[in-house]
Amino acid sequence: METINYQNFRIEAENICVDYNGKVALYDANLRLKPGQICGLVGMNGAGKTTFFNALTGFVNISKGKIRINGESLRSAQKDQTIAYVPQSEGIDSQFPISVWDVVMMGRYGSMNIFRSPRESDVQAVKDAIERVDLTDHTSTPIGNLSGGQRKRTFLARAIAQRASILLLDEPFSGVDIRTEKLISELFIQFKNEGKTILLSTHDMIHVREFCDLVLLINKTVVAYGETSEVFTPENITTTFGGISPDFLFGPES
Amino acid sequence: MELCSFLTLDTFITDPLTHDFMRKALLMSSLVAAVCGFLSSYLTLKGWALMGDAVSHSVMPGVVVAYALGLPFSLGAFIFGVGSVALIGFIKQKSRVKEDTVIGLVFTGFFALGIVLVSKIKSNIDLHSILFGSPLGISLSDVKQTIFISLLVVILLSIFRKDLMLYCFDPRHAKTVGINVFFLHYLLLTCLSLAAVVGLQSVGIILVVAMLITPGATAYLLTDKFDNMTVISVLSAIISSLIGIYVSFWFDLETGGSIVLAQTFLFLFAFLFAPRYGILKKLFAGYK
Repeated sequence: METINYQNFRIEAENICVDYNGKVALYDANLRLKPGQICGLVGMNGAGKTTFFNALTGFVNISKGKIRINGESLRSAQKDQTIAYVPQSEGIDSQFPISVWDVVMMGRYGSMNIFRSPRESDVQAVKDAIERVDLTDHTSTPIGNLSGGQRKRTFLARAIAQRASILLLDEPFSGVDIRTEKLISELFIQFKNEGKTILLSTHDMIHVREFCDLVLLINKTVVAYGETSEVFTPENITTTFGGISPDFLFGPES
Repeated sequence: MELCSFLTLDTFITDPLTHDFMRKALLMSSLVAAVCGFLSSYLTLKGWALMGDAVSHSVMPGVVVAYALGLPFSLGAFIFGVGSVALIGFIKQKSRVKEDTVIGLVFTGFFALGIVLVSKIKSNIDLHSILFGSPLGISLSDVKQTIFISLLVVILLSIFRKDLMLYCFDPRHAKTVGINVFFLHYLLLTCLSLAAVVGLQSVGIILVVAMLITPGATAYLLTDKFDNMTVISVLSAIISSLIGIYVSFWFDLETGGSIVLAQTFLFLFAFLFAPRYGILKKLFAGYK
């Protein structure tokens, strides 16, 4: 078991910029997260949330700034299977002809040989991961026959099987049933205790207050970042959402 | 009546086999169909039908130039196939024109260049056989080239089978766990160009895209497992080739067109009768 130094940063993003063909999607964004921290990423559609994730996974190149993962380069973090990405439901082809088992096994690909032939340890990791998300009965079900919540849990299992220490989750609670929501919440607590670092984007303000130690409000750049209790104020939220009051967006606060 | 007594199923199948050119055509077309069918699973899932159309048309000038220079035509085709994709990517990035428009204008441009070149370079190039295929008139050097390219594509696809599946399904995850997505993208394009090159001998440039997408689409309606999809796709491609060649032999029809029509019929069959995704099943499910 790796020993976790809770003082070192897991994620360090410094002044990162991303542009697509000259169109700026994100600029001067900073983020520092330690092991065991859960951070909420909040912003409007098009505010750069997915771009932020893409930058942290290396799916898009940053045009400026620096990203360090566990003090090392992104490239070596990819090699070490450090980061897992759990996509938004809309981000994947749910009619792709593969089963839950196949998807979760993809979490192991990075550490397999060139033919991606599973070893005993890979099979065990996949079994355990599927059990943790309570999908053992659906192991060989095609993903097209799953409910939205079950599909979300499949991708969560893939991240678990990968044994990543950083989890990036794009809208983990959107379109899921109550049972899945409860299961995901419980897993978050377990992940936190295991020292994993979690960055999740969400539209639901209640979830931010419930799980997130930290919150990162963005609108093309960082509007505010810090402890949820200090930063997640109506004023900041209003700024993030371009002047629309949070009451209007989410109903009056109780 | 006379035809019926003469043409039993037995003679229907064995008679053509007495001809050397027919044996060669059946073998070569089956090989080509298997290669294209294998690749077809990936292209249909990746949504690269239009890309397949573009690449297969763009190889035209390459074939003509290679013939004129006395080079293996697969080399010229390959260069122009990959070149067209590079050009599509470049124009898309540097202009505001939408991707499908760029694809359309690039491949028709290449194709037109090929036709103009054929008319200018006086040689023994048979435009008809390039456009419509000539599986019955395949030469010995073409046979060697076809076997070599086919084996190469099958080996590449077999080695990177799972990585390519992941690339089609979720490239972001592939990138996140350190798999070289750039390499896989160009690997798939390379295989596409090579498959188009061998496919055009069977059915010609105009119809080769059918070899690259129809078997995959048929298989997609019949299974929910990726490995099964690949097997069904390959089988349906081979069966269509055999049917097409036999039918064209007996009824004196254009061979390339017959092969593609056979593929289309297999697709329609699956579309109607597929156990889970066929429309008849859906109709009956509606009445319950």
